Amino acid sequence: MATAATASASMAATPTRNPWAAFALRRARRLLVSLAVLVTASFAMIHMIPGDPVRAALGTDASPALVAAERHSLGLDQPLLRQYAAFLGNLLRGRLGESISTQLPVSQIISSRLPATLEIAVPAFVLILLTAVPVGMAAAVLTKDGRSRRGELAFTTATGVLGAVPEFLLAVGLVAAFAVALPVFPVASQGGLSSYVLPVLSLTVIPAATLSRIVRVETLRVLGEDYMRTARAKRLPARLHYLRHALPNLLTSSLTLGGLLFTSLLAGTVLIENVFAWPGLGATIVQAITEKDYPLVQGIVLVYGAAALLITFAVDVAVALADPRSTIRGS
Amino acid sequence: MPHLPANSLPHRLGRTLRTPLGVTALTACVLLTLVAVLGPVLLGARADQVDTAAIDQGSSAAHLLGTDDLGRDIAARVVVATRLTLELTLMASGIGVGGGLLLGVAPAVLGRRLGRLVTSAVGVLVAFPGLLFVLFLATVFGVGSTGAVLAVGLATIPPVARLVQNLTASIDGSDYVAAARILGVGRFRLVVRHLLPNIAEPCVLFAAQAAAGILVAFSGLSFLGLGVQPPQYDWGRLLNDQLNGIYVNPVAALAPGAAVVLTGLVFGLVGEVLAQAGGHRAPQERRQAVAVAPTATVPTATGPRPDGPDADALVRVRDLRVSFPGGREAVRGVSLAVGRGEALGLVGESGSGKSLTALALADLVPHPGQVSAGEIRFDGHDLRTDPRLGTTLAMVFQDPMASLNPALRVGRQLSEVAEVHLGATRSQAAARAVDRLAAVRIPSAARRAGQRPHEYSGGMRQRAVIAMGLMGEPKLIIADEPTTALDVTVQQQVLDLLAEVRADTGAALLLISHDLAVVAQVCTRVLVMYAGRIVEDLPVAELARGAAHPYTRALVGAVPTMATDPDTELATIPGRPPEPAEHGHGCSFAPRCALATGRCLGTEPELAAFGSGRRVACWHPVDPIDADPIDADPIDAEAAS
Repeated sequence: MATAATASASMAATPTRNPWAAFALRRARRLLVSLAVLVTASFAMIHMIPGDPVRAALGTDASPALVAAERHSLGLDQPLLRQYAAFLGNLLRGRLGESISTQLPVSQIISSRLPATLEIAVPAFVLILLTAVPVGMAAAVLTKDGRSRRGELAFTTATGVLGAVPEFLLAVGLVAAFAVALPVFPVASQGGLSSYVLPVLSLTVIPAATLSRIVRVETLRVLGEDYMRTARAKRLPARLHYLRHALPNLLTSSLTLGGLLFTSLLAGTVLIENVFAWPGLGATIVQAITEKDYPLVQGIVLVYGAAALLITFAVDVAVALADPRSTIRGS
Repeated sequence: MPHLPANSLPHRLGRTLRTPLGVTALTACVLLTLVAVLGPVLLGARADQVDTAAIDQGSSAAHLLGTDDLGRDIAARVVVATRLTLELTLMASGIGVGGGLLLGVAPAVLGRRLGRLVTSAVGVLVAFPGLLFVLFLATVFGVGSTGAVLAVGLATIPPVARLVQNLTASIDGSDYVAAARILGVGRFRLVVRHLLPNIAEPCVLFAAQAAAGILVAFSGLSFLGLGVQPPQYDWGRLLNDQLNGIYVNPVAALAPGAAVVLTGLVFGLVGEVLAQAGGHRAPQERRQAVAVAPTATVPTATGPRPDGPDADALVRVRDLRVSFPGGREAVRGVSLAVGRGEALGLVGESGSGKSLTALALADLVPHPGQVSAGEIRFDGHDLRTDPRLGTTLAMVFQDPMASLNPALRVGRQLSEVAEVHLGATRSQAAARAVDRLAAVRIPSAARRAGQRPHEYSGGMRQRAVIAMGLMGEPKLIIADEPTTALDVTVQQQVLDLLAEVRADTGAALLLISHDLAVVAQVCTRVLVMYAGRIVEDLPVAELARGAAHPYTRALVGAVPTMATDPDTELATIPGRPPEPAEHGHGCSFAPRCALATGRCLGTEPELAAFGSGRRVACWHPVDPIDADPIDADPIDAEAAS
């Protein structure tokens, strides 16, 4: 912590020529600090559990010898600092320990479960962008200048109510509607292409509703800017007016605000996988928590946390690249 | 800020509660409380009654939502679960909001070093998704109600703390806190007396929203089997139990979900009511529509017709009006003509309608302004049906910092004009853009064309905007306060450039400014606007000593020059211009005019010819021959031009 503070002080003192490099450095440093906190927290987790975690994991009827052996294999009989050093060393070599319940390496479990999670999270991410941006922009253009009060009310109410529904409830509703009442899609489990529809839809609808609201508000703000008046003074066709002049400006600000949506999408997969019995990381972590399989929980927490931090970092950098003016000078 | 009793929070809350939204929120809250209190008392026994004869039944008269795998009535269980769900939600909210408040206010109490540490710690924590936090803490505290309450509550702390930090930081920087600090008020007292009362309202609002989120998070945790454990049950647990039976009895799975959504909406409604009462989205007082007596504005409708010598003018505008909802008329019957190649100035104070007049010519009046006119002709075209913007009509705006698109390269913003209106190819248009940028003396134009506006200085941006107008073949450039936002030295460069462009292209210029010195330097004729009307039309050369309208004379007298004795007080015009809604029957300037008589207050004068080539709207115009020279030795029009 102290070294980070002195580093920041010396960096503030040296005027950097390139504001972009300064921004990237600052942002990368924040990422590193957050990653360090994440790693330390996941290491500390097992030590924060009240009572004896190994006894809790193995059950009350496990023999003392078995508990001692497991304690040793987890390294819990070592001094704390040595444990931490060993944890970091293993982490750098990609080792995350062994699952208590299955004795399989955690890294192996994660790499076998991660693809299923990505297979629903990535399409959902793309779908959210592909629907929210055009819908939000269209809503803004159709309702700007108080043109259609009723349309505005309908849009804000619909997206507001949708945005307030938790995704796992939407998922249950979708299952009831499209798998039970109208048996179009399978109820649960990973299978053919049709088994992806409901999980992806459950992940998409709510963030898309929220993001389209943000996009609408941002579009209205951008349309009111002076440079859009300049664009009007050029009498451009509507396509150029909205797509070339408005879109890039509202995209950067919408992404900044919507960046949190993408990390929450990751969290959403935990619940959705449990609704659909989807064999991904989310289903695995819940099972691991119930079974008190701490090394496995630790590993998955690390993966989720690192993914969230990296997504936020990527969004920030993308926004800075698209709109160097606001971001770099802003923070 | 002292609290006015009529506007205090309880008072505003009472007012908001009487709105339809408030009534709905209050009713919903009362209903929810009744269900939570009475549900377990009335239906508790029925909800726990095991009936092995009626296992996993569908909806029936005896069991509205069917029965579960032990034959218990699901409808009763959903009702009974209300109390536990709300209790757990409120406990977690208490932990989250309380902890967030403490951690959020901490930086203000702890002093700089520790405070920064807390701030950055919170900054790191908010970067993680909430659910990950919950899962982490649920692991630590173990599966069960207590662990879940702690997990959800603690996971709410970072976002609440971040909000409170932002709020306190903004108040911490305010003058009255600085004043209290100088007076030696202690840190703790400062927090209790100054910070907390001022952040209370947004915090309460956020707490209501957070509670909705906590309800959902908690239900999610119970749904995952990590929250409430049997034999206890909340809505999430019921949902978990019924999901497996969704084939048999889908309603039973949907009912607890619906309860969560509806309760979440109630929390949202409470938040909305608090927000409205807090004045963030206060119920707006209906703006009284001010009806303008039509007789009051009629006179100039038949007013001066710029025909005769102006018949072949480049621009002819007759009876231009810009009105806003509520009957406010910001431009009230302006008629003007601009000759070919002429440089015409339009001056007046802010709010006089000069900018709106210019925007109305270009059809760029912002919503909700309404433009009407007897005639708007430009170069033989009716501008209302046949717009000329982008080709022969160019605009230059006030703030060059804001009038270029920050996301696009400057060259692109220029070249598209040629592509759209002149049918140029992409490369032709790009070449012309570079050429035009060079024409407005932007150094190394080819490189600069590839840059974005933030890499330009203010003066260069304004040049780029002018170059944008030069992409076509402009016959008129409308410049709306083109130099106001610029440094004095840069102002001069931009004015020189405008003069040069006019000399090169023969374009006419309509220069809108509040700065008489600028107009005197660039223009040959000047129109003076006051309260939405033109009050005088005269050659610039006569501005200094020959102005006839008392307002023009006062305006000229208010301009200091290098020759003004710095010890004398600057001349000012007493009073203020009328608001657009308060035009009476008389001359708008009469209340501020030393020469006003009863006639001035009763009837508005029309703009009428006054001497040769001049017009004035005044009942008592000052005759330039026997008038005293205006005090404070005004603009030296001769030397400046």
